[in-house]
Amino acid sequence: MLYREAGQFKSTYAQDQQIFPIRQDRIAFWALLVFAFVVLPLVGDQYWLGAILTPFQIFALATLGLNILTGYAGQLSLGTAAFMAVGAFMAYNFVLRMPWLGIIPSFILAGLCAAAVGIVFGLPSLRIKGFYLAVATLACQFFVLWALQRFGWFTNYSSSGVVTAQQIEILGYAFNTPAKKYLLTLSVVALMALAAKNLMRSETGRAFMAVRDMDVAASVIGIPMMKTKLLAFAISSFYCGVAGALHAFCYLGTVEPEAYSLDLSFRILFMVIIGGVGSILGSFLGAAFITLFPIFLNLVSGWMSHATGVEISHALISNLESIIFGGLIVFFLIVEPQGLARLWQIAKEKLRLWPFPH
Amino acid sequence: MSSRQVGGVMLAVENVSLTFGGVKALQEVSFDVRENEVRAIIGPNGAGKSSMLNVINGVYHPQQGKIRFQGREFRDMDSHQTAEMGVARTFQNIALFKGMTVLDNLMTGRNLKMRCNFLQQALWIGPAKREELEHRRAVEEVIDFLEIQHIRKTPVGKLPYGLQKRVELGRALAAEPKLLLLDEPMAGMNLEEKQDMCRFVLEVNDHYGTTIVLIEHDMGVVMDISDRVVVLDYGRKIADGSPEEVRGNQTVIDAYLGVAH
Amino acid sequence: MDFVFFIEVLAGGLLAGVMYSLVALGFVLIYKASGVFNFAQGAMVFFAALTFVSLVERGWNFWLALVVTLAVMVLLGLAIERVVLRPLVNQSQITLFMATIGLTFVLEGLSQLVWGSQPHGLELGIPDVPMEWLSQKWNINISQFDLFAAAVAGLLVAVLAVFFHKTRIGRALRAVADDHQAALAVGIPLQHIWAIVWAVAGFVALVAGLMWGVRNGVQFALTFVALKALPVLLIGGFESIPGAILGGLIIGATEKLAEVYFGPYVGGGIESWFAYVVALLFLLVRPEGLFGEKHIDRV
Repeated sequence: MLYREAGQFKSTYAQDQQIFPIRQDRIAFWALLVFAFVVLPLVGDQYWLGAILTPFQIFALATLGLNILTGYAGQLSLGTAAFMAVGAFMAYNFVLRMPWLGIIPSFILAGLCAAAVGIVFGLPSLRIKGFYLAVATLACQFFVLWALQRFGWFTNYSSSGVVTAQQIEILGYAFNTPAKKYLLTLSVVALMALAAKNLMRSETGRAFMAVRDMDVAASVIGIPMMKTKLLAFAISSFYCGVAGALHAFCYLGTVEPEAYSLDLSFRILFMVIIGGVGSILGSFLGAAFITLFPIFLNLVSGWMSHATGVEISHALISNLESIIFGGLIVFFLIVEPQGLARLWQIAKEKLRLWPFPH
Repeated sequence: MSSRQVGGVMLAVENVSLTFGGVKALQEVSFDVRENEVRAIIGPNGAGKSSMLNVINGVYHPQQGKIRFQGREFRDMDSHQTAEMGVARTFQNIALFKGMTVLDNLMTGRNLKMRCNFLQQALWIGPAKREELEHRRAVEEVIDFLEIQHIRKTPVGKLPYGLQKRVELGRALAAEPKLLLLDEPMAGMNLEEKQDMCRFVLEVNDHYGTTIVLIEHDMGVVMDISDRVVVLDYGRKIADGSPEEVRGNQTVIDAYLGVAH
Repeated sequence: MDFVFFIEVLAGGLLAGVMYSLVALGFVLIYKASGVFNFAQGAMVFFAALTFVSLVERGWNFWLALVVTLAVMVLLGLAIERVVLRPLVNQSQITLFMATIGLTFVLEGLSQLVWGSQPHGLELGIPDVPMEWLSQKWNINISQFDLFAAAVAGLLVAVLAVFFHKTRIGRALRAVADDHQAALAVGIPLQHIWAIVWAVAGFVALVAGLMWGVRNGVQFALTFVALKALPVLLIGGFESIPGAILGGLIIGATEKLAEVYFGPYVGGGIESWFAYVVALLFLLVRPEGLFGEKHIDRV
């Protein structure tokens, strides 16, 4: 009943092409934006803003990037974390060596560097497909991480290999509290998510999906294979690079190679699968799930410890996490391959009638 | 039969030979296709009909022979090039993008006409938005023509076979082609679906003046809608002429009946 | 350039390559029979080694522990086929691949949950010392254990070859690998076959786990060794047993040689990525690997 579309007619194609054609969706979306931009920073607890909501958005952005490449364009990649690392390290270096650029241009340039790396490691996709390509992206993951650690230039020859990210200052205004970093992250992520949505519903998105579904047919009807695949890698890596820069500057506060390991690449792939392959909303849902779930597990184990008096070790929790994540992946692939995004759609459809049975 | 005036030669295939490993798919085949006509290619299974379309389309490259299209001569075609020159086609085993909706599939047919780059699309500003809507309008005309309005937002993978074939025709039409290559467009259809498809094909030829080359097994359809027919057997052309001429040709009858030669 | 040293390095590399092949064999078996690229093979190797070593450390008799671990691996294989693969039987290869990634995480967590996460040493009675005869006569140092592992791998390949080509079940496996539908049509019970394949892959994982356990100790890092088997597969082709061996030799040799001769110029540590880059470059020339099957896309 809540979600009845009756009476909402679209009389122009423009209306039909909107991101949110249904009025209830639009209202909910704007309410969410107001909540995120205005309410949360004012009311939100520092810990939640800095340690949960900010990383959630950053990972959502990286998930978006991977979703563009794997979900929409069908090119399986296991090198996501490496692109984030490039973004993080290059952002640090731009701010360090060209401070007159400013933070936002530095982030953008860092993203472009990640895009360049993405194009180089995307070249094999013109010859190789499927999981051959996935293994090839592992080459990217391992090589990039090695290079960033091996060549001291990236860390400005720091002896520990870890550097502190600089303070963020835009037009003289310092972003030094969790709330301010949260808002900066939110703004960047919101804008890039909008851009992604626009891209995916335009010709670029269709070209990506065509390459994913049947690339031979796509090239026969005129879609350029090389340009499309490389563009997918470039855009995806750009998103991951910016996410990496945000990760270093707005979340960790340091730029360290260990943070961008193969494990992170898998985690982001899990976010894509659980959230929904080929869905912008799904990227956010998947990231939320994987970011919040460990916290949830910690809480539950804390309660159980209190209740039973038995100490539950960190090792146990992290193993349980592995098992449950892996299990969920398999579960989602079997039961709902289109992930949480599809479940959300089904829920909305049920809301059309609820509380009436039929 | 089309009521349009058939024009000059639009496409000419000269002495084309195509070999795969040891298999001679086509042997010195020559024929032409005139503007505005409906040309059928028929022949027993394995005669090389699909291979012929693939050569015209640039998917296969012949070892020998030439192709003349719109006055220009080509040693072989490149599929991107042919698409740009206004050739569109459908495939024997339906090459639709199963993960996309009908509307999106048809829109991909217009990809060569889209000019905006990805940055403009990301920002969804003026030119990108206008272009998208303009092409949407063009595609909706095709949707109206093919009577598939009710399924425009359905993912193609969920559609029944007959409708998928129609959507594939729609994608080819969306490209506003000069030459339309149809590979067994009526295969697997029941009588009603075939009649609909025939009607669409004839109307495309009539209304838009599109030249059509089609591969077809149903003799009734071939007799009804084509202007001229080419018959292939074991990669060679064995007859070329009007439907009546071909129907009476003894070599053709022998080929279909499997008489040894 | 010291020729003797070169031989040592080359031999060491080839033998290391054989060890990679052992892991790759498990992948090939499963891919051949079911078209599934089992990313969890590495976790299976780890799980096998960990189970065995934990039993032995608890005082179990060596052979009993071996048999029990083998039984556990076979059961694990059957369980995986039943719970994960059967529900996904008609899905795309990518979906199945991603399911095995999920499976990897489950196995890794489960292994450490059940047996703990400390590293273990593993002894099989063959010391990791140079063959005296070679080192004394020609001054070449090649580890006894490496040679033993090579022999084991050779024996395993021989056994598998006999199994595939001479037994009825082996023939059925090859039929299934070739064409599922046709195999069904002649009455081969597909699901039994897949169960058998996963069980055999579990056995191969155990052998690989034991070899690697001695070499590197049984610890979580063992799962990364399995990742190294991937470049081997890229070079050898996913469907070929000889390809797995040859690919392993190539990767092992080039990696070792690069590490020793090229590594010092770029600061070392290139083993983390060199094998992958080699495989990548190789793929650009031959996208299906040395013995892989060419994929033809018909439109």
